[in-house]
Amino acid sequence: MLNISGVHTFYGAIEALKGVSLEVETGEISTLIGSNGAGKSTLLMTICGSPRARWGKVLFEGRDITKMPTHEIVQLGIAQSPEGRRIFSRMTVYENLQMGAIRNTEDRFERNISRVFELFPRLKERRNQRGGTLSGGEQQMLAVGRALMSEPRMLLLDEPSLGLAPMVVKQIFEVIKQINQDDKVTVFLVEQNAFHALKLAHRGYVMVNGNITMSGTGQELLVNPEVRSAYLEGGH
Amino acid sequence: MAVETQVSSSEENGRPALDWQAIGRELFFTALVAFGLTFVLVGMQTADRGGELIIIPRFTDVVYAIVMLTLGRFGYIMLRYRRASFVLIASLAAFGLSFVLPFPSLFLETMCMVGGLLIALMAVVTLIRHRPGIDMRERDRAMDRAAARFQELSRFIGPILVVFAIILPFLPFMDRQYIDIATLLLMYIMLGWGLNIIVGLAGLLDLGYVAFYAIGAYSYALLAVSFDLSFWVCLPLAGVLAALGGYLLGFPVLRLRGDYFAIVTLGFGEIVRIILLNWYQFTGGPDGIGGIPRPSFFGIAEFLPASRDGITFAELFGIDFDPMHRLIFLYFLILALALLVNMVSLRLRKLPLGRAWEALREDDIASQSLGINRTNIKLAAFTISAAFGGFAGSFFATRQGFISPESFTFLESAIILAIVVLGGMGSQLGVVIATILLIGLPEVFRELEQYRMLAFGAGMVLIMLWRPRGLLAHRDPSILLHGRKGPGADRIEAEQKAAEATR
Repeated sequence: MLNISGVHTFYGAIEALKGVSLEVETGEISTLIGSNGAGKSTLLMTICGSPRARWGKVLFEGRDITKMPTHEIVQLGIAQSPEGRRIFSRMTVYENLQMGAIRNTEDRFERNISRVFELFPRLKERRNQRGGTLSGGEQQMLAVGRALMSEPRMLLLDEPSLGLAPMVVKQIFEVIKQINQDDKVTVFLVEQNAFHALKLAHRGYVMVNGNITMSGTGQELLVNPEVRSAYLEGGH
Repeated sequence: MAVETQVSSSEENGRPALDWQAIGRELFFTALVAFGLTFVLVGMQTADRGGELIIIPRFTDVVYAIVMLTLGRFGYIMLRYRRASFVLIASLAAFGLSFVLPFPSLFLETMCMVGGLLIALMAVVTLIRHRPGIDMRERDRAMDRAAARFQELSRFIGPILVVFAIILPFLPFMDRQYIDIATLLLMYIMLGWGLNIIVGLAGLLDLGYVAFYAIGAYSYALLAVSFDLSFWVCLPLAGVLAALGGYLLGFPVLRLRGDYFAIVTLGFGEIVRIILLNWYQFTGGPDGIGGIPRPSFFGIAEFLPASRDGITFAELFGIDFDPMHRLIFLYFLILALALLVNMVSLRLRKLPLGRAWEALREDDIASQSLGINRTNIKLAAFTISAAFGGFAGSFFATRQGFISPESFTFLESAIILAIVVLGGMGSQLGVVIATILLIGLPEVFRELEQYRMLAFGAGMVLIMLWRPRGLLAHRDPSILLHGRKGPGADRIEAEQKAAEATR
């Protein structure tokens, strides 16, 4: 579904992605793990066209989206829950979800919002509350819910577990699984929490310093000694 | 601040012991600051002696000022130590002495009087409430509550204000001067509402709004004078031309963000003014354009004592001619225009476009990731807002009958922006209140001449001190499900308060 080949992205003179190639298959959950500053978020943002890849190609369902403006890429059916959640803090939960559906027709709105409330009952409870007053976990739920409101075929998630309590992390990963299985949404998950991510994912990639160093099924990577020593042992 | 904590820590018998060392230190610094502030500003007067500029020293004034300020500070400190009755007597004594003592200038005498009264007032408050009168946090909270209450009531206040505005010109005390002031206020309210779309809704800091105002005014003036078109034809044209200006400016500028954006709009405002000033053949340069036709009564009748080719307003309604008719008509014209702007902005706010503006203001990146086309949405804000500025401009031209680039300086932009920011960004009612405070008060105090601007400055400082996020800064959700008090609303409110308190 998503085909990235030889992508180089620069911040000024600094090369953040040094020729990244990976593939996200339709209907699967793929995950990209790696440590801080490896370039994971940069790759997600490059998919969305901001910043743009200097060399290389990003294909979405066979279509070249490398040079497309961000809002057009999003309209193709790629939704993103950006790094740091970035919910609209002064708007209510309901308004935030409305913003997620801003490019959609009205008749599908009711169906989508009841699905989001089904996945995250907490959001329904808090629908009239301002986004900024939610807890971190609720904000993350809202960010995912907002992304789902556009009925995407592909969902990009940037570290949904960041800064959350283990219980909440579990809950969120459970929902990601549901979204993938029941709603047939292809998921590309960027995570530092390698254990949870690999357990969930069909396919995994490991990124180090702007390069993909390893890839395989989630299970393969989970038992791989190199991955274990670098990302799994030590607390998880 | 350090003194305050000491006070609260040694609070046994209700009245903390006096710490003379700390008091002496604070008074010394007060005197030092007072000296620094007054030495040049008060102590040296420039005078023109036979074409030569000389400095007349007035050091007695400086001494007086320093003594007064230090004494005032002493009273303030004593209030903190809860010696309120002592302060009350002393400050009243100072107030009384101000009439007797030989002050070197009227200004210092007034300051002594006002200062004495203010401190006496604070002492009274302290006596009544048994603690120092002004607790900042408590005051802020009280004002937040008041503002929220006021905003809740705004659904009623809005219509009441509109009705009041409609009957206003027919009230018995309304004379020419008051109608003029009311018209002026409405012009600024309209400009404020227009700019509110860019600044309040879309969150773009525009320092050159006056450019659109100027384009509207000159469009109307030039069209009316050269082609003899009526006001009712020119008004929409002026709006369209100003919108075009906004569109053209928007294209290159909207790539910029934050400060850079503000600077470029500032430049645009100046460019427009300088073009108007220098393109003599077209705009008349510094001479301006005079003899701009006044608006007719919807093209049917003229506001004249007698008309050669048509009927007059007085004839149309069979009443006696009165020059007030036109003024009242102008008042209603700007009222209608302002309400139009208000209605459109309130409507837009509920549409996807308005919601997209808000989203962009809150978070640029998140908005883009939701598929919002940043450039188009911002451009729309610019264009619509510019059109409203153009309407206001053509009204200005037809009201004044004469325009020149002098009316479109940066100061105008700054005043309009101050109205929007101090009113509480995005709040329609806030713009009205801020206009009344910032434009209305100085107009009422016109007799004070140059001290008039002092009232403007004082109004601004007070708002910044008391309501740093604007008078009505609270944002109401556009949509609330199941009424205003849904299930768990109380808890939600409590949480919000807790969140605000920890902020």
